[in-house]
Amino acid sequence: MRTIIGLEVHAQLLTKTKIFCSCSAEYFGASPNAHTCPVCLGMPGSLPVLNEKAVEYALKAALALNCEIPKRSKFDRKNYFYPDLPKGYQISQYDEPAAVNGYLEIELPDGTTKRVRIRRVHLEEDAGKSIHMPDGCSLIDLNRAGVPLIEIVSEPDLSSPEEARIFMEELRRILRYLGVCSGDLEEGSLRCDANISVNPDGKKGTKTEIKNMNSFRAVEDALKFEVIRQTQILNSESTVEQATLTWNSDQNKTEVMRSKEEAQDYRYFPDPDLVPLEIDEAWKKKILDAMPELPAAKRARWKKEFGLPDYDVKILTDELPIAAYFERTVKEFPKPKEVSNWMLSELLRLLKESLSKEIKIPSENFAKVLQMIESGQINRNTGKEVIEEAFKTGKSPEAIVSEKGLAQISDEGKIIGAIVQVISENPKALADFKAGKEAVVGFLQGQVMKKTQGKADPKKTRALLIEHLKKS
Amino acid sequence: MTRTKTCRGGGTADALASGASGLNAREGSNPSPGTISPANEVSLLRLHEKTLHELLALLENREIQVSEIIADLYAAIIEKDQTVNAYLSLAHKEDLIKQAQANAHLPLRGIPATIKDNISTIGFKTTCASKFLEKFEPVFDATVIKRLRAAGATILGKTNLDEFAMGSSTENSGFFTTRNPRDPERVPGGSSGGSAAAVAANEAIFALGSDTGGSIRQPAALCGVVGLKPTYGRVSRFGLVAFASSLDQIGPLTKDVHDCALVLNLIDGHDAHDSTSVNQSALDYSKDLNLGVNRLKLGLPKEYVKALRGEALRCVETWVKTFKDMGVETLDVSLPHTDYAIPVYYILASSEASANLARFDGVRYSQRASDENVETMFSESRDKGFGAEVKRRIMIGTYALSSGYYDAYYTKAQKVRGLIKQDFDRAFQQVDAIIGPTSPTPAFKIGEKSDDPIAMYLSDVYTVPINLAGIPSISIPGGIVDGLPFGLQIIGDQFQESKILRVAYAYEQASN
Repeated sequence: MRTIIGLEVHAQLLTKTKIFCSCSAEYFGASPNAHTCPVCLGMPGSLPVLNEKAVEYALKAALALNCEIPKRSKFDRKNYFYPDLPKGYQISQYDEPAAVNGYLEIELPDGTTKRVRIRRVHLEEDAGKSIHMPDGCSLIDLNRAGVPLIEIVSEPDLSSPEEARIFMEELRRILRYLGVCSGDLEEGSLRCDANISVNPDGKKGTKTEIKNMNSFRAVEDALKFEVIRQTQILNSESTVEQATLTWNSDQNKTEVMRSKEEAQDYRYFPDPDLVPLEIDEAWKKKILDAMPELPAAKRARWKKEFGLPDYDVKILTDELPIAAYFERTVKEFPKPKEVSNWMLSELLRLLKESLSKEIKIPSENFAKVLQMIESGQINRNTGKEVIEEAFKTGKSPEAIVSEKGLAQISDEGKIIGAIVQVISENPKALADFKAGKEAVVGFLQGQVMKKTQGKADPKKTRALLIEHLKKS
Repeated sequence: MTRTKTCRGGGTADALASGASGLNAREGSNPSPGTISPANEVSLLRLHEKTLHELLALLENREIQVSEIIADLYAAIIEKDQTVNAYLSLAHKEDLIKQAQANAHLPLRGIPATIKDNISTIGFKTTCASKFLEKFEPVFDATVIKRLRAAGATILGKTNLDEFAMGSSTENSGFFTTRNPRDPERVPGGSSGGSAAAVAANEAIFALGSDTGGSIRQPAALCGVVGLKPTYGRVSRFGLVAFASSLDQIGPLTKDVHDCALVLNLIDGHDAHDSTSVNQSALDYSKDLNLGVNRLKLGLPKEYVKALRGEALRCVETWVKTFKDMGVETLDVSLPHTDYAIPVYYILASSEASANLARFDGVRYSQRASDENVETMFSESRDKGFGAEVKRRIMIGTYALSSGYYDAYYTKAQKVRGLIKQDFDRAFQQVDAIIGPTSPTPAFKIGEKSDDPIAMYLSDVYTVPINLAGIPSISIPGGIVDGLPFGLQIIGDQFQESKILRVAYAYEQASN
């Protein structure tokens, strides 16, 4: 049995205004129907005018996906009735899409790379939202109507649910690097539909389409479920019905949305309200010249340049601001693995806990903390404390250290004073040490650290402690 | 479809006379004919009969006041619209006078314009003569309305049409049939029948119509007025309720050619809200009217005259002779794909219409017939809201676009559209403009063709090819056939409005 998967991904573009009018495209959290006008409400007599920024963003994404950009593309009307589709048709691109024949390379868990072909990328408008009330009535919010979307269609080159998830993750990363899509599957700014067929050896299977997969996990789970479902049907000598399915994440199963017979005829035809879209080489070149380093290239470079392990690279390059933060810090404190360790263990944790979107310590301050640790000005534990405090207050590390008196004690006299006191207070531990139980050193060191409020230089403390125990 | 006035509320004239109509005569009417006062009688100046350029001169010389024009217009409407039924709604007279007076400093000095009711106009309902939009009040002005207002025009009222501009007689109005002022038993043509009739009956100074397959020129011809369809893209379609977006154009209906040029001056030009609007610098179309036509070459397409007989044929002979006397050579030309224009048009226009009218679904505005469930909301709203002809065209268009039929109908029709355009391109290599009849016959009787859609469609046989080719064309009074006006159509190449206006003006001057 061979599994064949192709994905159709809708990505909302982060333009300020909608694709065919000048209403704000920011619909999340806005009061219903606040961001509407005669054009996106489909008022009689209104006409669409294409937003140039939407085209630019679509081209950015298409070029990042290695697509060819035809000189000319056009817009078509996709006709269907739905209450949240104001014109009774969606303006989309049918047979002359904005971009074709691209590919996206994904890194598989076994370390190999797979090239997944992209069939096309086209522009279209989003529909509004229907809100179904408990009393049976439905409300329509058209703030989302007319928000620009690109639809990215892959060839059926994916051969497992896991590959599909990895493809989606990498695609999301690219779109976020480009700043063209927020990539939020839960909120629906990135949506994934999948076509999947399980094919018995030497034979062709039947493809089903799965919709409503609202997280990366849902993508993988739904496809896994479908592989098992189709395999079971095939093993029982039955045939898989061609259908559109929806993923029910509560019950962890796919459900039939519509059968083949209910397939709609969208009666596509060229939209006479819009002129064909012509992309010249100069525009294409301008976008290519401004193209940021993409995730895959960054990962490769980091491995080479910084010698970091795959795990570190993967996490730190996942989001562009984090990656940029890393690179800025490394410039100030050129020990990449050390920077990576501190970012992975401290900064990303603080970031997650704070629910903030930005790291609140300027990278030069973060580098400063690492330098202070390196030079022994503070110990590692104090370093953690300083980072946490700097994250919360935005204060400079120097200020925090001096305000809180956190500077490390390196003065041997002070450390020895504490050691003498601790040894005299713990005669049993001393006896144990003499009896050969070296483990008590740790305990006693802890006591010394306690006495010095953790400021004693740990390395020095241990050496002096052992020296004194032996002498005692 | 109702062809009587019974669905008309109190009637325009009554509402006017009562002076209590607000902006919409059909709505707030108060039928009390007894209240018609002497103030509602036409003055001795008979200003409503004057042309726009005559009135502008009179206003400029301070010989009259704009309020006098408005008074005469309302008096004429009260007198005539009971019979003609041109208007669907009218501005309140006192309001209009106030607005007009406030516009005295602007180029049009408050002179009122009359607008086909498929052009979005704030302060009026925009019904498209459809039950579906019976109560629809638009929230924005069409670009042409903005431009008229900016130039100092006021909006007098909105005129009847075939529902959503689909028809050639105005009998397809969802409200009532407009009558031809030259013979009330006959249709005014359509779909801009209300605008043409209002101008012909001197119930308007000038009007705007829309032309998808002849909807300005055919009613202009049948009512004996001037009507121009500009080059596609010359006038913004923003605010024109779309019938067939690749064919629709707004244009003037006027009392003479000079007015036609003046009105086109006001409404043309690039509009950022219409992607199909052409970025051409605005011209003064009235500037060249007097240049004359000496040494121009006109083409007479044999396909446009072959079916003409009797008086109609004699009109054509008169046209040729009149132009010859002015030093114009008339050549025979051929537009070989003319016969395909009607089927091509009904496939393409209906296909576009099937999508354009999908927005009338009962969700957001007007007519919602059922709340039972989504399907019945759609189907019952549309069933009750649309008239028979509109439904017929939606079905034709839906069929032509359907999977399995698309190539045979839509794609094929687009190809033939290209051939029709080529016919004109070839002809314009030989001649400066093409002349021919606007319509095969003068105005027909009300009811005569309403049961035979094909016969009705064929009354547009000479106008439809022009829309398919996207070129400009004007219809002017070209003689009398069966005692009724017969239109002379002058067709130009793309953006040659100035030239066809010049030819039209020369003919008008010579025939007067």
